[in-house]
Amino acid sequence: MAKDIHCPLPGVFYRKPAPNEPNFVEDGASVAAGTVIGLVEVMKSFHEVTAEEAGDNIRFEVENEGQVTAGTVLAKMD
Amino acid sequence: MDLTGKTLFVANRGEIAVRIVHAAKALGLRTVQAHSEADADMLAVRLADEGVEIGPAQATKSYLDVDRVVAAARESGADAVHPGYGFLSESPRFARAVEAAGLIFVGPSADTIERMGDKARARETAIAAGVPVTPGSDGRIESVEAAARIAGELGYPVMIKAAAGGGGRGIRVIESEADLAKQMPAAQSEAEAAFGDGGLYMERFVDKARHVEVQILGDGDRAVHAWERECSLQRRRQKVWEEAPAACLSQEEREALCASAVRLAESVGYRGAGTLEYLFDEARREFYFIEMNTRIQVEHPVTELVTGIDLVAEQIRVAFGAPLSLEQDDIRLDGHAIEVRVNAEDPAKNFMPFPGVTGAMHLPEGVRFDTMLYEGYAIPPFYDSLLGKLIVKGDDRAAALARLAEAIDATRLEGLKTTLPLHAALARDPDVARGDYHTTWLEDWLKTAGLG
Repeated sequence: MAKDIHCPLPGVFYRKPAPNEPNFVEDGASVAAGTVIGLVEVMKSFHEVTAEEAGDNIRFEVENEGQVTAGTVLAKMD
Repeated sequence: MDLTGKTLFVANRGEIAVRIVHAAKALGLRTVQAHSEADADMLAVRLADEGVEIGPAQATKSYLDVDRVVAAARESGADAVHPGYGFLSESPRFARAVEAAGLIFVGPSADTIERMGDKARARETAIAAGVPVTPGSDGRIESVEAAARIAGELGYPVMIKAAAGGGGRGIRVIESEADLAKQMPAAQSEAEAAFGDGGLYMERFVDKARHVEVQILGDGDRAVHAWERECSLQRRRQKVWEEAPAACLSQEEREALCASAVRLAESVGYRGAGTLEYLFDEARREFYFIEMNTRIQVEHPVTELVTGIDLVAEQIRVAFGAPLSLEQDDIRLDGHAIEVRVNAEDPAKNFMPFPGVTGAMHLPEGVRFDTMLYEGYAIPPFYDSLLGKLIVKGDDRAAALARLAEAIDATRLEGLKTTLPLHAALARDPDVARGDYHTTWLEDWLKTAGLG
């Protein structure tokens, strides 16, 4: 069954810690519970988004620097 | 000077854009309000005569895009551009581009912005104008022996700072000569590693410093001050609460401080509104210039309430070439004003941002609330969290504090989490009532007494 990772806050979603660095997690990877999968910038402050449970074959639904609202599905996993 | 029919382009957003539109309208100006895609429904757009979209939500592609903002201003038929605070307000490149497009920049010349924006040049300018700066080494310290000699003259504790550092990085506090001998080599290699330059300089460390600042106005020939403010209540180096005048100063100290600011402003032929920031060493009763902000500031309303001057209107008139309408002797202090910043942050959850939808609003009579909010407004998550400023005035500081506590209790902003509960607690705090605080007091208070 697919598992969704929801965005906790509205703002801008970043897949990498800084512009010149690699993504936190690449598409297709397996993640453990608590893994940081991205950042949300809200009102000039940055908040980590973590996977609440473990999953395989992660597929991102939102691009780097995409605008999000609270509840947006950021990624799906198996 | 009659400005009727002239057009002002407002290159900012939020509460300051609202403030500028109101001031411009009162002067008879037509207003064009710039906005990003995410800001089409903001209050300043509703109040202005016209709104112009300048790009996507991200500030780097809209409010910070010099070419785009200048092109939009020119196409709108504007005569002048008001940059507000933040964004491009202290960009010499922006000021030059506005003037190159044949428009008036509401602020000082690009050269003045550049000169005062460079810390080392600003310090030299201050020294040349006879304005006290933080005592320290004259340039770099070359050896531990030389450093020890200077530290002996300044008195411990001192700070050593990386010459190439900035923003609070590369700073060490040194307590004694033994400490200096131990820490200086480490600081050198750390600076070399971090900044590619091992150079260090030394300044006196001001413990329990207070932040005071002087409001000045200039027309290019003459400058006046509108007295000072105190902004020592800060969190993460951000001011949260501001007052005018500074209760920690005697009248003699106040006059010396404000006169020094006017000397500096006149020495650079300053035009517009500006603020000189100082540290006040309460133990030594000395003030030291730190930097100048060449724009209107968030906390300008406290000065307006105690002097009766409309700073934004004066700033606009001077930009259009009018001489200052005020003589120094006309500017008198009356009463005491306090401003608290109402941010979209939840103080009960470590100041987590809260970009919600504004419900019913109720503000008490007789207080000033400079705000971007209206009922039904959805606060965008893309910009800073300042929603507005609640400003009160009393005959004296105690009266202003009492007024503030009452005003906060009577304020309702439904649907939002804001920093008002923090201010309600501070307004009743005994240390705040005694004026017994400094620039790191609030951080300590939040860790200990805090919000309970």
